Amino acid sequence: MAAITTDQHGHGGHGDPNVDYLHVSKGIWSWIYTLDHKRIGILYLVSVITFFIVAGLAALLVRIELFTPGRTIVDPDTYNRLFTLHGVVMVFLFIIPAIPASLGNFVLPMMLGAKDVAFPRLNLLSYYIYLLGSCFAIYSLISGAVDTGWTFYTPYSTTTNGAVIAMVLGAFIAGFSSILTGVNFITTIHKLRAPGLTWSRLPLFLWAIYATSILQVLATPVLAITLLLLMLERTFGIGIFDPHKGGDPVLFQHFFWFYSHPAVYIMILPGMGIINELISTFSHRKIMGYRAVFISSLALALFSFLVWAHHMFTSGMSEYANMVFSALTFLVAIPSGVKVFNWTGTLYKASIWAASPMLYALAFLFQFCIGGLTGLFLGMLATDIHLHDTYFVVAHFHYVMVGSTVFAFWGGLHYWWPKITGKMYDEGTAKKVFWIVFVGYNGVFLPQFVLGSRGMPRRYYDYLPQFEFLHKVSTMFSWVLAVGLFWMLFMFIQSLRNGKKAPRNPWNSAGYEWGTPTPPPLENFTSPPTFTRGPYDYHLATDAEIAED
Amino acid sequence: MIHLDLLSGLTPPPAAFDLPPAIAVESSQVDWLYNMIYYVSIFFTVVITALMLYWVRKYRRQKTDKRMETPHYPRLEIAWTVIPCFFVVFLFHAGFKVFMTQAIAAQDALEIRVRGQKWFWSFKYPNGREENSHLYLPVNKQVKFLLSSSDVIHAFFVPGARAKKDCVPGMYTTLVFTPNVLGETPVYCAEYCGAPLGYPEPALEGAPHGGHSAMMAMIHVVPQDEFDKFIKEGPKRPEGLTDAEWGKQLYRQNACITCHSVDGAKGTGPTWKGMFGKPVELNAALSGGVGNVTADEEYVHESILKPQAKVVMGFNPVMPPYTLSDKQIDAIIAYMKTLE
Repeated sequence: MAAITTDQHGHGGHGDPNVDYLHVSKGIWSWIYTLDHKRIGILYLVSVITFFIVAGLAALLVRIELFTPGRTIVDPDTYNRLFTLHGVVMVFLFIIPAIPASLGNFVLPMMLGAKDVAFPRLNLLSYYIYLLGSCFAIYSLISGAVDTGWTFYTPYSTTTNGAVIAMVLGAFIAGFSSILTGVNFITTIHKLRAPGLTWSRLPLFLWAIYATSILQVLATPVLAITLLLLMLERTFGIGIFDPHKGGDPVLFQHFFWFYSHPAVYIMILPGMGIINELISTFSHRKIMGYRAVFISSLALALFSFLVWAHHMFTSGMSEYANMVFSALTFLVAIPSGVKVFNWTGTLYKASIWAASPMLYALAFLFQFCIGGLTGLFLGMLATDIHLHDTYFVVAHFHYVMVGSTVFAFWGGLHYWWPKITGKMYDEGTAKKVFWIVFVGYNGVFLPQFVLGSRGMPRRYYDYLPQFEFLHKVSTMFSWVLAVGLFWMLFMFIQSLRNGKKAPRNPWNSAGYEWGTPTPPPLENFTSPPTFTRGPYDYHLATDAEIAED
Repeated sequence: MIHLDLLSGLTPPPAAFDLPPAIAVESSQVDWLYNMIYYVSIFFTVVITALMLYWVRKYRRQKTDKRMETPHYPRLEIAWTVIPCFFVVFLFHAGFKVFMTQAIAAQDALEIRVRGQKWFWSFKYPNGREENSHLYLPVNKQVKFLLSSSDVIHAFFVPGARAKKDCVPGMYTTLVFTPNVLGETPVYCAEYCGAPLGYPEPALEGAPHGGHSAMMAMIHVVPQDEFDKFIKEGPKRPEGLTDAEWGKQLYRQNACITCHSVDGAKGTGPTWKGMFGKPVELNAALSGGVGNVTADEEYVHESILKPQAKVVMGFNPVMPPYTLSDKQIDAIIAYMKTLE
């Protein structure tokens, strides 16, 4: 694309292939003003990890409060603010931007053989809009926080005290960042593919990012409308959701889930995309049923618009609406199943290297099975009625969001870390950390399925003595998980300080992004690439391409 | 069409290790479906995980790394796309069928009005009798619950009956089940509804604390004749209790305890400690211009039945009106008199 020229980057650099993007310019301003997708990816990465730590600490406090029945460390009101903080920050400031805007930003142009995204300035603007949204969220936390839960259900959210408007405004603003990133990525994938990169060779991670971007562009405006109406309702009492003025509180739920259900796929699809890259690289073969896998990504994106009211089976909407949404919800099981079968099938007769990123991919497969299959209980009307708003739902979505998406994020972070930083991390430590994280994570959430089936409702500050044992187990494993994650953070910091220099292609991958030098130069490739094989065609890749250097 | 009744002959025992004891006729079908999906899920998770682990070990990378093309298995791929379609259609149909048994009530079902409010449940029987925090139901009689809320959204959740429905302000929702086991079973609130100031005692003795989590009631399933006697008699002082002791009981189960302390602690409403017989300063703007009143029998009676008539200075007019009998109000007054 002629639109991308070197002077657009404004670094004064000319893409000197001998200088990597980390050293092409220096100083804080070269980061603040950067138009390089790789540096913007890193800005996002640092931000989302910061918010992950904040929201994770809130979760730890929530778990400690639940360690014993009655008051353990905080009073009920503070507890409500803590779980709201955990939910809002994790959803809007961590998991939605986590994969597409950080890792996606970094590798997308490289996987396309492009110098940058289609609109580098828009890319930087997206980041600053995200940061502005975050500021409002932080302001809300400082000025009294919010006790509504991340779902902001009316009329609770319009009548409670606290800085609801600032928090909602934060999510509203962050949404625009999401829309702009989506527009940018869709354009880039359509227009900036290198010669030879046909749609049928497009890396599956990019198919996932593509489906995600469509969701971001189409669904996020509905969130914006909903949150705007909520702010108007709270400020001026317009009454659209207030039953005393003829409004309908259930309407808010429809609006909210019309975005927030597709948002679940905004979270999970990029994770699934990473898993394709990991399984292919570490099995040294193409993902089985490449076509079925990308079609299932698009199918999930489509279905995600049709199932929002399955969050509302007990809300009082008509039985026949429940029927339709239950039937549509079961459609989701088909493409999800196809993906799992294809990933598992890829391992058959492969050449597998169980390096640390692959361990996260394998854990993903196991946990996604649990997260997906427990979805059957919730899609089915009769069983959902019992399980709705209990810990079963909490465990289910944490298996999809954390056990799947966040494990994929960690796997992707390990996988691309050498490309991003030019440094290796300690593989032995990484494997130990993986096992601690894996055991800790499953120990936190498996007991919550049982709690939910036994009738323990969610968002409870206190509980009956019969639930105490499983809450204790869950809380104790949360400490194991925390130890694992802090060790992971420490491991990455150690790698930055004194990690070994990373070779071009440490994982012997045939993926396009590994064809660039490590770390890549400003314009990614030393000369404009032409692709003559697919990113997973290990049988066609030469030994030199697969080699470390 | 597959009939559940036919299949249910093949089921494992209905109460799986992780479901609470069932108390309603409709529960067993829900449990059957729960168990079926449970075993299917375990089967798939175990098979996929086992294959994954076996292959990762068996096909681990050798010195001579053979990078082979992935073969196509079109028939296999079609099979694992099409067969699950039939399975999910079955799941959907079975789930909907059982769901409808909890949605449609028979003509002669017993109708109970349920009102949720921060943070207790009130129940009204067909003869007009109203009780908070405790619900008596006759055994083997279908019950239709008519649900609503006086403030925010709550959800009426009876785990023993596998039943749940939101209570939404401004609309009625319904829920149906038929208790068939004598005994007690808890009701929870399953829709988040906030927390009170401080750490007050819950309306139901033995319930958890904290507003939303404290919003618990107890269902007592009793024989029909006992139920008939119970609703006919109306509220009566339990035998062996003085009026003040009964008042203390009512203070708790009507959730007065959530907002009014008896030890002088600050709450959503004024404390009852030392209140009776003393002058009370009112918010004249909200109390029809009246600025002062003595907390006597007449004032307490009015404040329970019409709480917005006189609002104490420094508090918000948030108390809902109560329908208590004169006998009950007398008992509460007797209790207040003991709080010097």
